[in-house]
Amino acid sequence: MALKVHRAGILSTLQDLGRYGYQCFGVPVGGVMDEYSHRLANMLVGNPEPEATLEMTLTGPRLEFTQDTLVAICGGDFAPAIEGKSVPAARPVLLRRGCVLDFGTCRLGCRAYLAVAGGFDVAPVMGSKSTYLRGGFGGFQGRALRRGDLVATGEAHVNAYPSLRRLLEAGAAYAYPRWSVDANSAFLAHGHHRIHFTPGRHWELFTAETREQFAAAQYRIAPDSDRMGYRLQGPVLTMKQPTEILPEAVTFGSIQVPPDGCPIVLMANRQTTGGYPTIGEVSAVDLPMLAQLPPGDTLRFEAIAPEDSQRLYLQRDRDLAIMREALRMRMKQ
Amino acid sequence: MTEPKLGHLRVSHLGDCALVLELGADTSAQTVQRVHAVTRHLLDHPLAGVRDVVAAACTVALHYDPLQIEPLPQAQTPFEALAQQVLQRLDTLDPTTAPDGSEHEIPVCYAAQFGVDLEALASAHGLTPDEVISLHSAPLYRVQMLGFAPGFAYLAGLDARIATPRKPTPRTRVPAGSVAIGGELTAVYPLDLPGGWHLIGRSPLSFFDPYAERPSLLVAGDRVRFVPITAEQFAAVSRVARWR
Repeated sequence: MALKVHRAGILSTLQDLGRYGYQCFGVPVGGVMDEYSHRLANMLVGNPEPEATLEMTLTGPRLEFTQDTLVAICGGDFAPAIEGKSVPAARPVLLRRGCVLDFGTCRLGCRAYLAVAGGFDVAPVMGSKSTYLRGGFGGFQGRALRRGDLVATGEAHVNAYPSLRRLLEAGAAYAYPRWSVDANSAFLAHGHHRIHFTPGRHWELFTAETREQFAAAQYRIAPDSDRMGYRLQGPVLTMKQPTEILPEAVTFGSIQVPPDGCPIVLMANRQTTGGYPTIGEVSAVDLPMLAQLPPGDTLRFEAIAPEDSQRLYLQRDRDLAIMREALRMRMKQ
Repeated sequence: MTEPKLGHLRVSHLGDCALVLELGADTSAQTVQRVHAVTRHLLDHPLAGVRDVVAAACTVALHYDPLQIEPLPQAQTPFEALAQQVLQRLDTLDPTTAPDGSEHEIPVCYAAQFGVDLEALASAHGLTPDEVISLHSAPLYRVQMLGFAPGFAYLAGLDARIATPRKPTPRTRVPAGSVAIGGELTAVYPLDLPGGWHLIGRSPLSFFDPYAERPSLLVAGDRVRFVPITAEQFAAVSRVARWR
């Protein structure tokens, strides 16, 4: 069972929920940029949520399936199609062996996640299947997918969605249900992207004017933004006085301010520690939305109390748990 | 109530899934000792829900899964619950009784083909290359923290006479094993990386192996001494030297 890569796309890598437990060795956590879409995609095909998915970026791959395979696509809209006919996202899709799934250029969002029932059969490195390109380890041979690659997939749960199986047996090349999950509401809203943040340890080191401005101004995502960090263009952030801080740990969503005053939001491939002051941290629930904003898009920050931010995180998990249960029922149909 | 043995201790949020313990405001020997004692303790006796313990100059960060933190009746959020558990845990920790980190002897060839910046660095300080070598290989350094890249260990204890600000323009590729000086710190590049530090030599050892049980040769709190070797000795030591 495998997936044959006819075309790789700009940056298609295997990612999971990250490589935890190794930051004391300086190893970045990495993992998916948009955890929400990743989890939904895995749920839809009956995988455990930590299983790796294929994360594609801006331009997607063209993939052939060597076996009947249950897949799901969540996240950005890459106009997936089979033989020119569009394939809907945010629901399970059962593909007949030999099907070629073609992703185009991203029309909405920035990244999409392809989950394959049974997951990807690659050996975890330091407990994770996430690809870390700079270190050349994890995922598929420690690198992004290339044309000609044959990526092994795992053993799937055979009884999922019997109604789709029957459609395939009746001769369909692929089959999907009429329903879908509401997967994109987090970032589909065009225009005003509001990103919550909690003021950080160095908040008080910035001038009152900067603190006020930061929570009101519009920022644009610079072209040289990537999986490691998003560079933002907008009002320059000033400190009360130039202060060198001692380096300390950073996290997914830390908003660093280098001496030039242009903030950088640290993303999935961030380093474990950083030496710049951080004005705050993006709320975990808003990271998927941020991860789906392509360079050129604009956003505004809005301050939130840490306890409220953490409550939103717990609420998101409860919503996902309800979704998980609902899908478990659907899978039997 | 008894005075906590750790003294200065402040807990703050680092987003929704991490917290920072501030153990001092400087890099004095006392702070460094606290940082490493706390890190060692929390790595050896993990708290439920904590996924990573990251030591830095005067802080220790705990990365956690808010859903896995044991709730406490008087705590409103996972952060509060974890902060209380940590403070309780550290209340009785005496940093002076923490075990020392491992001690490593790291062979370094300071020959010109590896130490491409050695000559310039020496003359900038009014020293000869040999004087720089003996100043660099004299101290017992301490691993302050890891960061920048897998296995990249910041070593504190550099002789002030050879402290050198970083290059204004970093190199796009510094070969793995390069021994370098950056500001008041020294380090070995564990992988081929971009870097702005001054290269003064190279070690033939392997500093990072993603497939090893302990992937990084050096961890925070370890101590390091550099031992000068000749180019012939360098060639003799296998690139894949087993250091465990």
